[in-house]
Amino acid sequence: MKINRSKESIYQLLAQVPDPEIPVVNIIEMGMIRDVIVTPEKVEVFLCPTYSGCPAMDMIESMVKEKLLASGVLNVLVTLVYKPAWTTDWMNAQTKEKLRAFGIAPPVGKVLSKKSLLANETVACPQCRSENTKIKSMFGSTACKALYTCSDCLEPFDYFKCI
Amino acid sequence: MDDLNLSKFCIRLGDHCLIMAHRQSELCSKGPFLEEDIAQINLGLDLLGQAEALLIYAAKLEGKGRTADDLAFRRSERQFHNFMLTEQPNTDFAFVIVRQYFMSLYLLKTYQVLAEVEDETLSGIALKALKELTYHERHLSMWILRLGDGTDESQQRMQTAVNELWMFVGELYEEDALDLLAQQASYAPKGEEMKSFLMAQITAKFAEASLTIPESIYMTTGSKQGIHTEYLGFLLTEMQYLQRAYPDAKW
Repeated sequence: MKINRSKESIYQLLAQVPDPEIPVVNIIEMGMIRDVIVTPEKVEVFLCPTYSGCPAMDMIESMVKEKLLASGVLNVLVTLVYKPAWTTDWMNAQTKEKLRAFGIAPPVGKVLSKKSLLANETVACPQCRSENTKIKSMFGSTACKALYTCSDCLEPFDYFKCI
Repeated sequence: MDDLNLSKFCIRLGDHCLIMAHRQSELCSKGPFLEEDIAQINLGLDLLGQAEALLIYAAKLEGKGRTADDLAFRRSERQFHNFMLTEQPNTDFAFVIVRQYFMSLYLLKTYQVLAEVEDETLSGIALKALKELTYHERHLSMWILRLGDGTDESQQRMQTAVNELWMFVGELYEEDALDLLAQQASYAPKGEEMKSFLMAQITAKFAEASLTIPESIYMTTGSKQGIHTEYLGFLLTEMQYLQRAYPDAKW
């Protein structure tokens, strides 16, 4: 059976696949889909892992396959790409706002060099927006997050690290 | 470097990451407090991801039909090439911090060089890992300072860990035929370069942390030939249990 789909229609389907750990954003918004190649024989999806050890990778891969299979695309190949390395710079302002509304402080600034990667940026509390916050731990509930607390509303929160 | 040598090179690096990842995983639920427990497991998780990517590539280059899982779970002690430092047990928290700190420096330097190679797979793995290691080194440095420059008790425990682990540091800049091949192809820094990088970093950090590098310590060697300390066998027994007891088990 030949595949007669446009690249756009595949992207529309992929936009329905949420990030399993942050369900308010999809894998395209996260910048994880690097390319899609549609041939009459198969659809190849190029997926970029966020962290080397991201435990959600296998799940994302099977969710991508499931979504495309369910829509009738029977031959799906998911290829992992490491280069260029995934970066939080690929998230746009809307995606960052979605993260904030979900209670995760979005990455602050851009990753340009090792220096900015480790700069102690001011992270605003996603609840009360106070900038009076403290880092509790550089490593949070998942590999991509750090743990902060707000000194004003006293809520603990996750910060999506710049990487 | 031909594919077979490059495969061996990736196995060595993958083994360092894999064995450290297992050591870190042993800390799960045993961290000194919850946030640090999570942090230590996250270090392990990053290392496991790096190990997986490297061993997948090594298996592919080798072309003998082995998978990354075969490499991780179907080899015995003598076939592992991780540095002896990586297999040293979590005797106390100071040992964890000192071991991981030394290795984070080694990996930073290693990945910096690998990030520049033409091989797209390896440079991709290295670029990603570099970002992760930058966080690791920062976190571990914080503990070196906090414990080294902390109380008498914490300082003494850190110094003990340094004294006990120092004999394994020599392997980090030792060179054998495979290293020389890797250096010729610009896949690895020269031993001297690695040594001076490690010593400069450690000396500066230790000066701040009231720790001293032990003098005239015999540097042990052997992991490049598959010689290990007794700890690796016990580690593998646990890590490989399932695959050994139920070969080819599937979920």
